[in-house]
Amino acid sequence: MLIAATPLSELLTYGDKGYLDELWWGVLNTLQISVFGYAFGCSLGLLGAVGKLSGGKWTKYLLNGYTTLFRAVPELVLILLLYYAGTDSLNRLLMTFGFEPINVNQLLAAVFVLGVVQGAYSTEVLRAAIQAVPIGQVEAAKAYGMSGLLRFRRIVLPAMLPYAIPGLANLWLNITKDSALVAVIGSSELANVTRIAAGGSKRYLVFYLIAASIYLLISMTSNQFFAWLERRVRRGQPKLA
Amino acid sequence: MHWEWLSHYIPLLIHGLYLTLLLWILSVVIGGIMAVPIALVQVTGPWWLKYPARGYCTFMRGTPLLIQLWLIYYGIGSLFPGIPGIRNSFLWPILREGFYYAVVAFSLNFAGYIGEVMRGAFLGVPKGELEAARAFGMSPFKVLMRVWLPRAVYLVLPTLAGEIVGQMKATPLAYTITVMDLMGAKAKITSDTYIMYEPLILIAVIYMILTFFITQAFGYVEKLIPQRR
Repeated sequence: MLIAATPLSELLTYGDKGYLDELWWGVLNTLQISVFGYAFGCSLGLLGAVGKLSGGKWTKYLLNGYTTLFRAVPELVLILLLYYAGTDSLNRLLMTFGFEPINVNQLLAAVFVLGVVQGAYSTEVLRAAIQAVPIGQVEAAKAYGMSGLLRFRRIVLPAMLPYAIPGLANLWLNITKDSALVAVIGSSELANVTRIAAGGSKRYLVFYLIAASIYLLISMTSNQFFAWLERRVRRGQPKLA
Repeated sequence: MHWEWLSHYIPLLIHGLYLTLLLWILSVVIGGIMAVPIALVQVTGPWWLKYPARGYCTFMRGTPLLIQLWLIYYGIGSLFPGIPGIRNSFLWPILREGFYYAVVAFSLNFAGYIGEVMRGAFLGVPKGELEAARAFGMSPFKVLMRVWLPRAVYLVLPTLAGEIVGQMKATPLAYTITVMDLMGAKAKITSDTYIMYEPLILIAVIYMILTFFITQAFGYVEKLIPQRR
């Protein structure tokens, strides 16, 4: 074994010597990045799906380009590309209007980058779900004289959820795991914090195992939640074969 | 746009492309072969094989690949130097190289994902076909190789294709453990020349072309398989 300078019990405490507080903030940041990135991604996805289904020719071309391109390039490459391009163009914009360049908040950048990547995937999930709603239901709503927005809120949205939830659940699990990738742009979320703690204490195995168990806990809790959610949105529908 | 660096770094990029493809192919093949028993014991195995296999799939699918990669490279890798005499053994050049750790981590991860897919696929093969195969007097292994496995693979081919393409998109993570794949080559170019965008855009385009060809190839394979509806 290596020489273990500090005993483990001391490494897992709050304060200067221990890493417990750092880990705790890392977990919170990971959850924050995931939740807001997911919300941003789903909003982009909803806009994208509606645009793909009812937009004009150019909207459709543009959105097809977005979903094809963003799903073909590795997430890690996209994250780097969007991060550098995003912060760079923001600062150039600020400079042309005579402002000082700013340091972009790491968390905000991570949320933005992951959201844009997720948007491409959720566009496809939501498009397929909306298309799965029987057309007769939409026509019936039209016949009642419901406006577009009301029709979407009352008919299309609740009817498409059973088709969308499994895909959206997958995307949530993906973003909690992909949030580890923003460690490469130096965000202080769980993966990066773990890397620092492991490197600082030389207890690599222990810290990576701790991080892995936390991610596992997040995934398994989410699985339970989505199973419950799917049962709920499916209530009143015939059982799956 | 600056591209004058390109001619100087073409050998590095080609070697990076080679490592990316090698990592992808090795992990898909090794992981795919490992996935068959992992899936099979979940369907027919005794409980002391079934539950570990299920736990394995849950762990691999529930934790980020990046953490698994670092766990194996830094975590397990940090234990090896403690073994006396290992620095002089023939294993040391292998144990020092990030690439082999990446192959191990990516294969284990891929086996977890495919194990889950194949579990469903094995369950989806009609019972009558397996009974017919047994009625012909095939041994259990022969039933697996001639009927169960091929039928199961046909059932989930689109999903498998998606996972294999996804594995290609996971390979750039290897650069975080010093593998000089395409992503590693890009990192080297950026740190040598301070040029940020052009190398990144170049490798993004290369990855896009790779995924395009893989997707096309699988589309072709799927057409070859007869569909009975």
